[in-house]
Amino acid sequence: MPTLIKLAGGTAAWADDDFVMVGLEDSVPLSGKVILPLSRYAAEAPAILAQGRKVGVRLEGADEVEALAPFLADLSVIALEFSKFRDGRSFSSARLLRERFGYRGEIRAVGEVLRELAAFMMRCGFDAFEPTDGSTPEEWAATVHRYRHVYQRAADSRAPAFVEREA
Amino acid sequence: MYLYDEIDRDMLADRASEFRGQVARRLSGEITEDQFKPLRLMNGLYLQLHAYMLRVSVPYGSLSPVQLRALAAVSRKYDKGYGHFTTRTNIQFHWIKLKDTPDILDELATVGLHAIQTSGNCIRNITADPYAGATADEVDDPRVWSEVLRQWSTFHPEFSFLPRKFKFAVTASPKDRTAAKAHDIGLVLRRNRDGVLGFEVMVGGGMGRTPHIASTIREHLPADHLLSYVEAVLRVYNRHGRRDNMYKARIKILVASLGIDEFRRQVDAVWALIEQGEIDLPPSELARIRAAFAPLNFESLPAISPTFEAERANNPALARFARNNLRPHKQPGYAIVEVSLKAPGATPGDATAEQMELIADLGERYSLGDVRVTHAQNLVLPHVKLDDLPAVHAALAAAKLATPNIDLVTDIIACPGLDYCALANARAISVAQDIGEKFTSPDKAELIGELKIKISGCINACGHHHVGHIGILGVDKKGEEFYQLTLGGSGAEDASLGEMLGPALAYDRVAGAVETLVDTYLSVRVGDERFLDTFRRVGVAPFKEAVYADAH
Repeated sequence: MPTLIKLAGGTAAWADDDFVMVGLEDSVPLSGKVILPLSRYAAEAPAILAQGRKVGVRLEGADEVEALAPFLADLSVIALEFSKFRDGRSFSSARLLRERFGYRGEIRAVGEVLRELAAFMMRCGFDAFEPTDGSTPEEWAATVHRYRHVYQRAADSRAPAFVEREA
Repeated sequence: MYLYDEIDRDMLADRASEFRGQVARRLSGEITEDQFKPLRLMNGLYLQLHAYMLRVSVPYGSLSPVQLRALAAVSRKYDKGYGHFTTRTNIQFHWIKLKDTPDILDELATVGLHAIQTSGNCIRNITADPYAGATADEVDDPRVWSEVLRQWSTFHPEFSFLPRKFKFAVTASPKDRTAAKAHDIGLVLRRNRDGVLGFEVMVGGGMGRTPHIASTIREHLPADHLLSYVEAVLRVYNRHGRRDNMYKARIKILVASLGIDEFRRQVDAVWALIEQGEIDLPPSELARIRAAFAPLNFESLPAISPTFEAERANNPALARFARNNLRPHKQPGYAIVEVSLKAPGATPGDATAEQMELIADLGERYSLGDVRVTHAQNLVLPHVKLDDLPAVHAALAAAKLATPNIDLVTDIIACPGLDYCALANARAISVAQDIGEKFTSPDKAELIGELKIKISGCINACGHHHVGHIGILGVDKKGEEFYQLTLGGSGAEDASLGEMLGPALAYDRVAGAVETLVDTYLSVRVGDERFLDTFRRVGVAPFKEAVYADAH
């Protein structure tokens, strides 16, 4: 049963998640794609990448995305955690990855990921989601598209109201 | 006034329909109260002691008569026939049924009103000078920038889950009527020596259990860079503000712990890396918003109105009202009229549906369709012709809205307190009423002069007690209501935090203590010193002596 929703070209769909999330204390599987915690990435990723395997990284809200700058070209997935839905730090992390560092790979929302946050996440640059509220891709997409306009620029391509008004 | 265009109206309609869906999920039991709570709190819907409370936003305190009538209609149809104007210049309805809230939001949306970002850890309603566009001493219209900030902050994707709530104030006048230095960000518009319009940006002010006066982070930010700069401030705060303790989560704590210089360095570093041209508004949009606040079509009138002067000479009530509730208007022949919501025995900030409708009518007929809400919980008719003052005064007086007490001892700010609020330790409204009873003589009130009393029913300080000339804080002592008095606070351009008077007083001693403080002031004041000036000159000692000597 898939638990990952991916957003591409405005449509949301279930996606197979072939990455294994490696916890702080877990041993790294011998094959396949993995997502490592930030604290283990620098030491362990090079060997896994050298095997031709794909590697991602997981950041908690307090982790600073600036630490990823040297690794961005190697990263397949960056998972940003919402330890609680109220913890909005990962919104800033995602925007920085997209806007300042130009990262174009997958940014995945993990942790307490609720439908009500979908539009904010999408606007900040998230394109993959592990919802914890049982949302379906249809429900997810409906929330993302609920608002017909936005007022400000962010990491997505939506034209803000001040651009729409000029048209 | 800024009129919502199709985009602005779509935003409100989309929000109202989203909330209708969320309420339906709650009423059907699909989601629990625990799951619903964060959703309703994004819509200004609180569960209080007796009922749901809905807080409706009045963006930068500016209302059209049509909007004010809609608020009156909501209070009559869905509440008990009144509403409560707050120190955030919003209006609260305290007796709301959950099932009615989607209909209320729909009705409000038809007149451009909403409850967006009136609660939650997001950017809240912007406070602006209530005399904007009317006062002679402003260098620009602060509503222009307030509207710029309103749009930018509405559903901001990065800043909707900040460590804690976030409040802006904007003023363009040297006389601060917004309590700018008590806000998370206070913006004061000025022109520099070259005539360039810019903001003094102040950051880290706030009330609550650790009050702070804001520090200046930038002396002169070119006005057209406002959005990119505040985006940098908010990003530093969102990433580094404390999230482990809600009482230490406001930006004031971050600024205090880093120091203003280090905080400034971090903001500047972020700002330098932001694509400022993407975030700052293009000149065309700024011009569009500015046009909405273009100077009104005032009539050319003499500075003195013989009609008004003659009436005032014959009508002592009008004369007293004119002395206390009028403020100079930039246009000769006009006045700014303050409408007091502090009648004797009234709940500070409450207005009945009939009163709201009357003020709406007066605003339409006599004030160019403009009504304002002040952070002192009064209303303002900003553009009244002197010739019309006798008629306006008579109409207000007939509706108990002509209390001549603006900035005087009975113009008290009070939060709803234990009468409504689930957080409160003590009553605030009845303390205000008791104090009012001690000062029923309007002659004495005028003799006392400017005196700002502010009452909060708990340490969250919604009544701004820290910046009251006399501040009163309700505390709970073993189940009994006690009150901590502070003196010498100010939320204006001369901002300061009040100093503790002494041990907390029991409920029934508070009004008497205020009377003693006032008598002490009158006995030691020099010339036309205000209470605040006298306190700053003589210190707390004579006041303390008088109040606590009285106790023995």
